[in-house]
Amino acid sequence: MEREKLKNIVECLLFFSDKPLGLDKLAEITESENSLEVREAIEELKREYELRNSGLQVVNIAQGYQICTRSEFSSWVKKLHRSQTTFQLSLPALETLSIIAYKQPITRGEIEKIRGVDTSWVLRKLLDKKVVKISGRKKVPGRPIVYATTNEFLRYFGLKDLSEIPSLDEIKPPVGG
Amino acid sequence: MDYEGQDMDYRIRLEVFEGPLDLLLHLVKKNELDIFNIPIAQITADYLSYIKLFRKLNLDFAGEFLVIASTLIYLKSRMLLPSVEPVEEEEPEDYQAELAARLIEYQKFKEVANAFREKETMQRDIYGRLPIIPEEEDYSIEATLFDLLDAFQRVAFRLEEEVREIIQEDLRVEDRIKEILELLKNKRFINFETIFSGQSSKRLLIVTFLALLELIRLRVVFARQARPFGDIRIYKAREELVARG
Repeated sequence: MEREKLKNIVECLLFFSDKPLGLDKLAEITESENSLEVREAIEELKREYELRNSGLQVVNIAQGYQICTRSEFSSWVKKLHRSQTTFQLSLPALETLSIIAYKQPITRGEIEKIRGVDTSWVLRKLLDKKVVKISGRKKVPGRPIVYATTNEFLRYFGLKDLSEIPSLDEIKPPVGG
Repeated sequence: MDYEGQDMDYRIRLEVFEGPLDLLLHLVKKNELDIFNIPIAQITADYLSYIKLFRKLNLDFAGEFLVIASTLIYLKSRMLLPSVEPVEEEEPEDYQAELAARLIEYQKFKEVANAFREKETMQRDIYGRLPIIPEEEDYSIEATLFDLLDAFQRVAFRLEEEVREIIQEDLRVEDRIKEILELLKNKRFINFETIFSGQSSKRLLIVTFLALLELIRLRVVFARQARPFGDIRIYKAREELVARG
């Protein structure tokens, strides 16, 4: 397919979709031979948006691509749509989520060992919010449920994939004498 | 914060500290202690003074706080008492090292949580398209009794063609009402035909139809069409209307 045409089709799809679209999906719809040319089209689109200083941007998020607004215009978007921003995860939820992100798949018991406190209620909230899922059972006595993060988790934090979670090595031990 | 009113006992769920490890970490930082060599006597005293404070303020705190408290007290006592004979148990130093390791690991995740908070805040200002709500035909015309009878006849006519068998049937209107409401559970509407699907005798169809008419009369459900003589949908009345009967 002609480059320009492919780019325009991809733009239409990214504009229309309410969730990130993966390369595979885009290649399938555009009937592209390989996802490489789709990726190139996206990159070009991305550059165009940047070059003309658009209010929109093409973001690589949750293992896919999406056209989103730029953060500096958030206050205007909020004026149009007030209800979107009220939700925020609680600190216990973030803590639990951090542990799951690194140690997945992980059982509730293992999480509680690290946090030192009961985590069942927090886990339920994370499941409700769909940032965490039950990914199976651990092959140990009792076969406890194990938890893992979801694609929605990546989307929620604006991450491309799991390699983008904050690095654990950079984190220093607490201050002390 | 959560408020729990039990037996006039006013308790506040403690969220300042996430758990005992969080409190210990706070104490280590506050007193600038060496995490690998925590002075057990001092930290036990500090820790217990916080527990006392929680109690005094009638704060509801997790049982895990007490587990760590008892570990600390145990460590302290082991350190104070000279060991007369070699004990099989773990040495206090082991506990101390384990505690340090746990605190360090916990601290790491606390910082990761902060990093996630920053990302959350950034991402919250970036908007994607909202889910598109499919355009729906406007079912705003209330179906009349005649519309309902017509629709019922179509359903009944279909039955004539299919051969039916005689089975034990539930022929009470009340039961059919319950079943219709069950079908509507968690839904805004169902199609008229859905109510009758799988029913294999005319008597059963009639009782079901009567149940539907009763529900409409009671204004628990509404029968609506997008256009005259069109398909009929059965909508659930809003909860407050149902409550009033």
